[in-house]
Amino acid sequence: MTEKLVIIGNGMAPGRMLEHLFEQAPGRYQVTIFNAEPRVNYDRIMLSPVLSGEKAFEEIIIHGDGWYIANGITLYKGHKIVAIDRTAKTVTSDHGVTEPYDKLVIATGSVPFIIPVPGHDLPGVLTYRDLDDVQAMLLAAQSRAKAVVIGGGLLGLEAAAGLNSQGMDVTVLHVMPTLMERQLDPAAGYLLQRAVEQRGIKVITKANTQAITGKGKVEQVELADGTVIPATLVVMAVGIRPNAALAKEAGIAVNRGIVVDAGMRSNDPDIYALGECAEVNGQVYGLVAPLYEMARVAASQLAGNEAAAFVHMDTPTKLKVTGIELFSLGDFAEGEDRQEIVLRDAAAGVYKRLVLKDDRIIGTVLYGETADGAWFNDLKKKQTDISQMRDTLIFGQSYQGGASLDPMAAVAALPDDAEICGCNGVCKGKITGAITAKGLTSLDDVRAHTKASASCGSCTGLVEKLMVLTIGDKYNPAAVQPMCGCTTLGHDEVRRLIKAKGLKTIPAVMQELEWTTSCGCAKCRPALNYYLVCDWPDEYADDYQSRFINERVHANIQKDGTYSVVPRMWGGVTNAAELRAIADVVDKFEIPMVKVTGGQRIDMLGIRKEDLPAVWADLGQAGFVSGHAYAKGLRTVKTCVGSDWCRFGTQDSTGFGVRIEKFMWGSWTPAKVKMAVSGCPRNCAEATCKDVGVICVDSGYEIHFAGAAGLDIKGTEVLGLVKTEDEALEHIVALTQMYREQGRYLERIYKWAKRIGIAEIKRQIMDDGEKRKAYFDRFVFSQKFAQVDPWSERVSGKDKHEFRPMASVGFAQAAE
Amino acid sequence: MMNWVSIGSISDIPRRGARCVATPQGKIAVFRTADDQVFAIDDHCPHKGGPLSQGIVHGAAVTCPLHNWVISLETGKALGADEGAVRTIPVRIEGERLFIALEALASRAA
Repeated sequence: MTEKLVIIGNGMAPGRMLEHLFEQAPGRYQVTIFNAEPRVNYDRIMLSPVLSGEKAFEEIIIHGDGWYIANGITLYKGHKIVAIDRTAKTVTSDHGVTEPYDKLVIATGSVPFIIPVPGHDLPGVLTYRDLDDVQAMLLAAQSRAKAVVIGGGLLGLEAAAGLNSQGMDVTVLHVMPTLMERQLDPAAGYLLQRAVEQRGIKVITKANTQAITGKGKVEQVELADGTVIPATLVVMAVGIRPNAALAKEAGIAVNRGIVVDAGMRSNDPDIYALGECAEVNGQVYGLVAPLYEMARVAASQLAGNEAAAFVHMDTPTKLKVTGIELFSLGDFAEGEDRQEIVLRDAAAGVYKRLVLKDDRIIGTVLYGETADGAWFNDLKKKQTDISQMRDTLIFGQSYQGGASLDPMAAVAALPDDAEICGCNGVCKGKITGAITAKGLTSLDDVRAHTKASASCGSCTGLVEKLMVLTIGDKYNPAAVQPMCGCTTLGHDEVRRLIKAKGLKTIPAVMQELEWTTSCGCAKCRPALNYYLVCDWPDEYADDYQSRFINERVHANIQKDGTYSVVPRMWGGVTNAAELRAIADVVDKFEIPMVKVTGGQRIDMLGIRKEDLPAVWADLGQAGFVSGHAYAKGLRTVKTCVGSDWCRFGTQDSTGFGVRIEKFMWGSWTPAKVKMAVSGCPRNCAEATCKDVGVICVDSGYEIHFAGAAGLDIKGTEVLGLVKTEDEALEHIVALTQMYREQGRYLERIYKWAKRIGIAEIKRQIMDDGEKRKAYFDRFVFSQKFAQVDPWSERVSGKDKHEFRPMASVGFAQAAE
Repeated sequence: MMNWVSIGSISDIPRRGARCVATPQGKIAVFRTADDQVFAIDDHCPHKGGPLSQGIVHGAAVTCPLHNWVISLETGKALGADEGAVRTIPVRIEGERLFIALEALASRAA
């Protein structure tokens, strides 16, 4: 006697299950399928090529009408099941059809997650799930208008690429900092973003959608930061969740999905679930390989093999966008007991990362070149010990089996006409020829004579190897001190390349300049953050996690973990109201130490981190702003009382000091900058040991710089004499900007000046008016983004998490 | 006795950052790495007691803000030439929720 098998859902998983079942137990079941979609089973994964126009719907059908007839299946198209009666063992559709079952399979798949922002239900807001969605998108695309895709994951990017190739102007909004962050590390996410952008798709990361607005239909999308993006079509592709509502109503155990055992059986022994709606061992799945595995298991179970069991497997992720090669598999988190092998080839746009544990691959990210994905997947699956091929593993399968690959031997083996420098078209023979003929011994020499490695610099490693091969020990590569252990490049090289290549994020720098670690270290990250803040003031988003704690919480950490706070006292001038406010704050927060600093202001020490925002709020009430006493930036401008009071004063040194400080506060610099203005050559403000100092004289303002009174003691150099206060300000600002653009992170002005040469600095600032003006203008531009009081920002709630413990545990329980 | 205590959600901690959990035995620093791993260690550098939660997080390590010791978040041990270790505390991630294991907390505090 045949049993009655009813299936709710007609997606890929039940389709595959039936194929297995008919093979293993032909004729055992009489099958009825209810499909909420009015069509046959098709390959949902191939919807993206249908959207992009690369395939037609007919090409992605898995089972045509003929297959259902041939297997005696009753298919109710467009019938949605609205109730399961487990006692009577029947299901009922929204069209009133009731069907009895012996065994029931629930394969209701998933539903797209809709962000519940205002306007999410406006006409023109779509999800990306089935053919109806694709057809609606294709219709919308005929307008050639603007589309916004919310979600920078797999589906969102495929939707964006499809709409883009249909001629729409597409913007992708992604709430996380990098695309596809679940599958890709930040480096690969960056490369992906670049590739997507190169197709003309705009990408906005960290985009928090606040509302979709329009009169009667979608007109624009609004972000939390105030950005407004016009759009006639909005596609939400922010994720899916198992569609388990029907099962839940029927009283079947449901967690995130329908809870099934390894045999795909729910807590009702006659009811199975598989596909995206099912939850096995606490996991739900969305990629096709595990879903097909579920189908195989369910078919075996239905055929009577009760031993069939589903085993969790990692599945590689691939993006189906023509021209973008991307592969991600397994666990690629970092860890103490894990090693990573990273290969970055910036010129070819290739990034590969293998994560190893106990000499076995546990995770892989490949970008740009994914041919070896299958091989790495195989090594991972088989838990192959890779220690023998470790050195060349990342180069892929084709490098294995032969002699081990020595990179030096590989360069030696290159023919003379092999191109080394792509930018300048220089071949190997030309470089080795020049080295021998001209007796070149340094990289700079080779650059000067051949132009090799003189543009983008990405072939520098190859050129250096050629030098070693040609002249051996005579080549001395130690000329440049690398920034840190994460790179071979020095600070100057990195700064030059940031500008030359237009690198505007830390992951971009690390990728393009072939960093050897995946997220840098405590040395390079703050340096890169400064360089990017300095070079792209309007575009770069400051990375707080790459700043030292003092610059993150805008106070100075002390040895016991408390903080000290120094409000700005412009030019060292204060008054009774300010002093009273400080006294009140000291009393209120029981601040244990108050000290006058060397920079003419007041330091309050021993403040608990949790109290900082409240301390600032009170100080802010009295008009105080942060003194940046913690910053690699402008600290103080010390002054004397000058011509206003002093019988020797020649100019208004106090007023000028206040003016400089008000003009320059908030600017970030490579290292701290302290200034002073003295009203006469008696120099009471001690301007001649400062980073920048001014000595006022009868005939004007003598500008000094490059002094030091710390680890080193050094009197200043004289930059020059100018007549007016306005001129003095312009010269000082231009000098500071030159230092900001050229200084190495943590290099004080006196060290920078020694490296660049005092004469060169004088030439650019004193003699070249155009250059000076350009420096000045760039500083002023950058100040537009820098002059925000960090204390009042935090009093208003910015970075709240910094100042509060995440939780308090153990106290209440302990008392009980 | 393992006592799993809920301390909040993973999204409470910035990537490459840390937050503190106050306990009767002192602060515990809970770190979230760039790739969303979460670790908990005592907020007390083995060198001079610096608050590790305030350091720069890179890979699965943190650099102490006081004197730049680099501490492994996984083992609690100082990396490089320095020697010393802090206590590590087991962490469990259940969906978005974070739990840390406090051993026999009640009895010790009582």
